[in-house]
Amino acid sequence: MASPPHPWLNPALVTGGLFPLALLAVQGPRGGLGANAIEAALNQTGFLALVLLVASLGCTPLRLVTGWTWPVRVRRTLGLLAFTYALAHFLVYAVLDQGLALGAVLEDVVKRPFITVGFTALVLLVPLAVTSTNRWVRRLGFPRWQRLHRLAYVAAVLGVAHFTWRVKKDLTEPLVFGAVLGLLFAVRVGEATRKRRARAASAARNPA
Amino acid sequence: MRDAPPPEPPSSDITPERLYLRRREFLQNAGLFAATATGVGGALYLLSGGRRRGGDAPVADAPPVAGPVAKAPGPFDTDEPRTSYEDVTTYNNFYELGLDKGDPARLADRLVTRPWTVTLDGEVHKPATVDIDQLLSWFPPEERVYRMRCVEAWSMVIPWLGFPLAALLSRVEPTRQARYVAFTTLMDPERLPGQERRVLDWPYTEGLRLDEALHPLTFLAMGLYGRQLPAQNGAPLRLVVPWKYGFKGIKSIVRITLTREQPPTTWNLAAPEEYGFYANVNPAVAHPRWSQATERRIGDLERRPTLPFNGYAEQVAHLYAGLDLRGNY
Repeated sequence: MASPPHPWLNPALVTGGLFPLALLAVQGPRGGLGANAIEAALNQTGFLALVLLVASLGCTPLRLVTGWTWPVRVRRTLGLLAFTYALAHFLVYAVLDQGLALGAVLEDVVKRPFITVGFTALVLLVPLAVTSTNRWVRRLGFPRWQRLHRLAYVAAVLGVAHFTWRVKKDLTEPLVFGAVLGLLFAVRVGEATRKRRARAASAARNPA
Repeated sequence: MRDAPPPEPPSSDITPERLYLRRREFLQNAGLFAATATGVGGALYLLSGGRRRGGDAPVADAPPVAGPVAKAPGPFDTDEPRTSYEDVTTYNNFYELGLDKGDPARLADRLVTRPWTVTLDGEVHKPATVDIDQLLSWFPPEERVYRMRCVEAWSMVIPWLGFPLAALLSRVEPTRQARYVAFTTLMDPERLPGQERRVLDWPYTEGLRLDEALHPLTFLAMGLYGRQLPAQNGAPLRLVVPWKYGFKGIKSIVRITLTREQPPTTWNLAAPEEYGFYANVNPAVAHPRWSQATERRIGDLERRPTLPFNGYAEQVAHLYAGLDLRGNY
């Protein structure tokens, strides 16, 4: 039986992708995260959620530009890793930072746009994580599944907005995220336009 | 005589070629797995700033302050547990030495604090530019154990060394027109490399009403924990106003000017809807991005309620009688 190409790729991504999270879980309780471990954990999990989400959104454009096929086979793994970090980020905030004071968390989510935006991004990722299995792709039908998963772009934009609000004074990193996101979006739009033109052209050649 | 050739292993022991090739493939895949996992894990770790955080560069203790220190616990001292010297000197907001909390301790060597002069001018009868060591010689250092509440909702307990600002102001004799005190940080990107990037409008400036400045709690610190003030904490001279958010405590002061008008202050200019001139600690007035009702004492896991005026209401609330503290945040 021929094994699929690069059978090591996804397991390696999961292992490497979870490494910083595991390190946080080990270092945090041992005081290895500096004076404010919770702040450090919040910063790191949030940042990595965004990196991985943008990376997952980069898979299809990378395939379009390079013709490689492997990026598409790591897309789901990257997306699920992003969700894992986003969830960890929220749990660190709600459980460790706010001590599960639900009133305080609710007030933040409802009254503070900075938190509202970040929380919305996480909520948008939930259905995407749930429907990430092959079974769900079949169940929804690929076109519908694909349309649903465009929410990842919305979540990423909200994530960048949340991050921008967080840093406030030094916008370098959020701007880099924004630029990368814009570039990926441009590739997708370019591809969609090209396809539509091709369809229109072929329709013109073969009038029904 | 030639030895007989060694007997061949029975054919049942010979690895089938198919499996032999799989073995090579397995090893190759294991190698690629390990390399990729390490690369991805390492890249994510470095990218997310794991390396920038504490532990890697232990901070050397600053030299002790020479001469006697008045150490009798004063009426304003708190007996709460003190935040460790390490945390006080490695977790700092001092954007002129970097934006991450650990940066100021790492870049502390850049801030050379001698020679250093402090200019005292404006609405005073005796303006002067004074060498820092001369200025410090005027006042015997006393210890004050104050709570410090950062606007970011964390807090510390710090044993400062220094003297009341009022003592310095009385030496220069404010005029009758003086109503405010303006403070300015050193402007020198060589020694404060963070000033090379216009994250804020440098140099950092702060201000107090004159009655706030003359309040006995208001303190100029030149040391902490019995030692000279480390650069990352605002050497050689910084302001400490314990009932206000930490950003009012301007660091590395080179100028103190008495003024008639309310002076502009850096964070208020940068984000007026978030940071007011007064910046009194007030659990009832939320920051637009987070609640100020609670705080995390550095070293604690659980949050604690934030107290009005950071627990100094008894001493300072009268300064603000009749003032709308919600509008004047």
